[in-house]
Amino acid sequence: MSISPDLDLRFRTAAASLGLLDLGYDVVETPIGPLLVAASDRGLASISYDAEPEAALDQLARIAGPRVLRSPPSVDEARRELDEYFEGRRHSFDLTLDLRAMPPFTTEVLRELAKVPYGETTTYGALAARVGRPRASRAVGTVMNRNRIPIVLPCHRVVGSTGNLVGYAGGLDRKTALLRLEGALL
Amino acid sequence: MMHGVAIPPFERFYEEHRVEVLRVLRRRLGPERAEDAFQETFLRALQAYRRLEHGEHLRAWVITIAKNVAVDTLRRARPTSELVEAGAEDSRPEYEELAPLTDGLPPKERAAVVLRYGYDLSYDQIAAALGSSEDAARQAASTGVRRLRGRTSS
Repeated sequence: MSISPDLDLRFRTAAASLGLLDLGYDVVETPIGPLLVAASDRGLASISYDAEPEAALDQLARIAGPRVLRSPPSVDEARRELDEYFEGRRHSFDLTLDLRAMPPFTTEVLRELAKVPYGETTTYGALAARVGRPRASRAVGTVMNRNRIPIVLPCHRVVGSTGNLVGYAGGLDRKTALLRLEGALL
Repeated sequence: MMHGVAIPPFERFYEEHRVEVLRVLRRRLGPERAEDAFQETFLRALQAYRRLEHGEHLRAWVITIAKNVAVDTLRRARPTSELVEAGAEDSRPEYEELAPLTDGLPPKERAAVVLRYGYDLSYDQIAAALGSSEDAARQAASTGVRRLRGRTSS
């Protein structure tokens, strides 16, 4: 005996619409691969390039609580905006973000990061200077590396001082693809 | 302080137990009503999930919730003739006799009495279903029984 997909989806949808989830997630297909996207009632909480939920479940539970469930409607907004972004029709995201459970420095850096415009790049050092810690470019690099909401918080727009791409938690291929999409790279 | 098993993310819990929950509900309610009861069971589990203190006995816990939902479903459906069929399939039809008897009890006592004497659940399972301690479950069942005795003898 198994659960019919219809019954399964009905439960997942009801759970989200009744507001019973700490985080609802789903896989969103994009040109740079599937993303595991998770949102709470506060907003978008996580985007992961590792779209294998089993690996991400415990990590998601640490963000907001154990009531983590795959529930497509939870990420409808994010899916729509991501689709538009990858189609080149959206240059900034209107999604509210759930940045809970982050250290203050991380939040501060991410807020500055969010201001880096579409199609432009900045450097780790410049970002460090903007949060008033000009010598903390390494720490900024770490924040970029652990960025819980890549793409929407555009850590792909942060490059080395000589213009080299340096690194990306999702892999340099994806960083290149995102910068190309935005016209920041040829 | 007890060091319990960590509470798993709900997705994992749901995937692990959903087939068995549906099986229990089908046995008690038939395939159609089992579907609504399935949803109700896991929604109740979600509601209570945040209050769990550890991840032990989750299987017994969710099966108990399912059985509760089945009892509620059957009680709601009492006047229909379907009940006879569904009840006939059940290996423990005692709840049918208990339900009308226990109707006037406070909800917690009624649940404890029905689960203990209708379904033969252990007190730790009842405690899990009611979100209370084992002692409180035992207490509720015994108070309920005393109340019933008082009522039937008078």
